[in-house]
Amino acid sequence: MKKLLIVLALLPATIFANEAKIDVSAPIDMSNHESLQRGAKIFVNYCLSCHSANYMRYNRLQDIGLTEKQIKDNLVFAGEKVGETMQVGMSQKDGKKWFGAAPPDLSVEVRARGADWVYAYLRGFYRDDTRPSGWNNTVFDKVAMPHVLYELQGVQELNHETHQLELVKAGRMNLQEYDAFVGDLTNYMAYMAEPKQQNRKHTGILVLLFLGVLFVFAKKLKNEYWKDIK
Amino acid sequence: MAEKQMSETKGLMGWIDARFPLTSSIKNHLTEYYAPKNFNFWYYFGSLALLVLVMQILTGIFLTMHYKPSAAEAFASVEYIMRDVWGGNYIRYMHSTGASMFFVVVYLHMFRGLIYGSYRNPRELIWLFGVAIFLCLMGEAFFGYLLPWGQMSYWGAQVIVNLFSAIPFIGPDFAEWLRGDYLISDATLNRFFAFHVIALPFVLAGLVLVHLVALHEVGSNNPDGVEIKKNKDPETGIPLDGIPFHPYYTVKDIVGVVAFFIVFAAIIFFAPDMGGYFLEANNFVPADPLVTPAHIAPVWYFTPFYSILRAVPPIFNSQFPGVAMMGLSVVAFAFLPWLDKSPVASIRYRGSLYKKWLAAFVVSFVVLGYLGTVPSNVWGQFGSWMGGADRATVVARICTVIYFAFFILMPWYTAKDKTRPVPERVTN
Repeated sequence: MKKLLIVLALLPATIFANEAKIDVSAPIDMSNHESLQRGAKIFVNYCLSCHSANYMRYNRLQDIGLTEKQIKDNLVFAGEKVGETMQVGMSQKDGKKWFGAAPPDLSVEVRARGADWVYAYLRGFYRDDTRPSGWNNTVFDKVAMPHVLYELQGVQELNHETHQLELVKAGRMNLQEYDAFVGDLTNYMAYMAEPKQQNRKHTGILVLLFLGVLFVFAKKLKNEYWKDIK
Repeated sequence: MAEKQMSETKGLMGWIDARFPLTSSIKNHLTEYYAPKNFNFWYYFGSLALLVLVMQILTGIFLTMHYKPSAAEAFASVEYIMRDVWGGNYIRYMHSTGASMFFVVVYLHMFRGLIYGSYRNPRELIWLFGVAIFLCLMGEAFFGYLLPWGQMSYWGAQVIVNLFSAIPFIGPDFAEWLRGDYLISDATLNRFFAFHVIALPFVLAGLVLVHLVALHEVGSNNPDGVEIKKNKDPETGIPLDGIPFHPYYTVKDIVGVVAFFIVFAAIIFFAPDMGGYFLEANNFVPADPLVTPAHIAPVWYFTPFYSILRAVPPIFNSQFPGVAMMGLSVVAFAFLPWLDKSPVASIRYRGSLYKKWLAAFVVSFVVLGYLGTVPSNVWGQFGSWMGGADRATVVARICTVIYFAFFILMPWYTAKDKTRPVPERVTN
């Protein structure tokens, strides 16, 4: 029976492996507030023109060390209130007309796809003239989204023999700078997918400590009652 | 049942006891309910199942205060609970983790019944109520799983409801009646919400009550499968191997409850998704009737039965045999009291034949459960000598045969098995 329990306990380790192969690991660090703040700035500047984050309120960014005034001055552009959620002006219908697919809401994208996927996706755009937008992606084949960050990353092409991406035109950033840039963005999106996750883990430690102490007392109470049962 | 003695209590209790059997109920079910003194690890899961039921009801009440059962708002309202409701993320995780943990404790509780023969005479009715609770719980979980209105919710419900269409003659009409539409829609979400928060919880609570009433009428089984009521103190009439449920098992169950909460809290606070098993990644994509996910799988607790469904080949292009076998695989448990012909109840005194069949059953159940979570091409294909069949499908078929053989052959192997002598009294 013990063996069975061990097998059952290990089952979650064999997580779904049917997604596209992702060979990079996103630099996720929820305690790095500077990275999260940079990521938030990147998100509102580059993503929020087309993608909404309908479940994310601007003023929640106080979690990552920003003041309400900083949020208002630096991150809210279209005159929204700081307590509002991150909406976009572009309608789903227009998005579908312009890009072929409506840009999805990104609030919980990292929970749906995984942070590594998002990180690989942001690095995986390449030139493909067969696509309407002129771009394709290594982790999302025939993606409708054009490469919004190409001025920063430069232009990549896919070498069909080695299946590797090659930089054919340099952008404003070098490789390390660009990876750090999209790393911050991915980190922010991972935070945004569940803003309370850091807090949850801190609370969890206290709860487990409490339960550990309670367990000792419960066990002692039980032994006290049971000592006369033979 | 003890005779009602009105004169025993005084004051407020006396006043109540003259009008309501409070003191006698406390005696009958707690302080003078004699349980065998040799309960082991496996006997924690009954009280834990009750605990999870209460927890699901309480967290469910708070979720319904903020959840919106409409196709347009459901997904957003869950995220609203996760972000803007005070403590909402914990309540939601308790409820979603509670659903999976409910099945964990119920499966362990059922396994306990299996190994110690708790379904046997005189406990057949307790067992039947238990099977009804299990069926009801599956319905409750299924209806609840649609409510977050994610892709997995939507397509999982689509697949399961479509199964009913395979029933000959009435199937398609029945599926349409259940959905309230031609496909899963806002109407379906609304009625599933009603089933999930009102109809089934009521039935579940009622069944749990009769499960307990029946248990307290005949008394608990124990790891030795010995009837403790056969050896009573001639003067007091109290079973010699029995101890009052309160305080002995209440304080013991508190230890079990705290241990359970440690596991439960570890999941809620550190891994609420459980690697995609408790909360599936695809369910963080809002339901889209126009985009079918590449891989639709039910939540882990349904997968053994789902595997059986997939393993049974269609006959005359009809999926009905698979659906029927899936239904039978759950209902089969109800027949156990009449299939078991062994002279002994507990695995402790059974022979190796029964143990081998039980082990084969458990392995089949776990393998079927795993295979239900993955696509059927997960292990590749056999060569042309097997007609290029999916390896996983062949394994699932073998496991399905073992699963049913465990039940069908039970009268044979339990009667034939060499048993060991059962002691007069319980052992420690």
